[in-house]
Amino acid sequence: MLSIGLPHYLSLAAILFAIGIFGIFLNRKNIIVILMSLEVMLLAVNINLVAFSVQLGDLVGQVFAMFILTVAAAEAAIGLAILVVYFRVRGSIAVEDVNLMKG
Amino acid sequence: MVFQALAFYLFALVAVGAAVMVISSRNPVHAVLFLILAFFNAAALFILMGAEFLGMILVVVYVGAVAVMFLFVVMMLDINFTELRQGFLKYLPIGAVVGLVLLVELLIVLGGWTLAPEAAASVRSPTPGLDQATNTRALGQLIYTHYLFAFQAAGVILLISMVGAIVLTLRRRGGVRRQDISAQVRRRPADTIEVRKVPSGRGI
Repeated sequence: MLSIGLPHYLSLAAILFAIGIFGIFLNRKNIIVILMSLEVMLLAVNINLVAFSVQLGDLVGQVFAMFILTVAAAEAAIGLAILVVYFRVRGSIAVEDVNLMKG
Repeated sequence: MVFQALAFYLFALVAVGAAVMVISSRNPVHAVLFLILAFFNAAALFILMGAEFLGMILVVVYVGAVAVMFLFVVMMLDINFTELRQGFLKYLPIGAVVGLVLLVELLIVLGGWTLAPEAAASVRSPTPGLDQATNTRALGQLIYTHYLFAFQAAGVILLISMVGAIVLTLRRRGGVRRQDISAQVRRRPADTIEVRKVPSGRGI
């Protein structure tokens, strides 16, 4: 219990990931909170990568965690830009209306 | 050892609590602030693990850029959030079921999981000891040599996302009179001044 090892960090990452999935289901209408849930899930993945990297003594895991960080930042920027444009056009960000172009 | 355990449980508990508040908070501004809290605690956990460079990058990139961008968008858009929260309770059961199933699966995997003994042999680039290089220096020596192209690709991704975000949100509004300095400089006397011969007593 008192010696903190890999399983502790992996459990924490699993809990955070499940919270992220839960958040996506819970806030089906609010796309901002969905994006935030995605960030939480990516954070969980990063914790996994760094925990394995430290445990195995392999530095590549941290390199990949950095790439995930990059992609997460890019994804958030593009997602929020699309959100802003969508809000300008429609005046709301309700996700259910997004399928209007389906015809 | 005890200090490490206490620190881990403190940071982990606060991170999990903040993540729960992110998805359940009524006000999205509060949700973003709790997201920042979760990121700070994750950064502390990274430092606790020994990955101090990533911890600092997490604070700089996530707290400094991503979370502030979220905050900016949430505050800039005039969104009726109470309307968006309708159906919150409707989706609660299925979300709880899916989340719990996933969590239980992950924890079952964790419970019956051991590190293969040959895993230590497949280490690609071993972490140098702290007496040889700090975490930041070791990461830099790896990124700028073996992972240079991946690093450059990450930079290109960031550039593309920046260009894409600007192109998406740039709006040229018509009917706005702006100062056009180059047009002012390009103006010649011949374009604007006309010399007329005025006959006396008649006017133009």
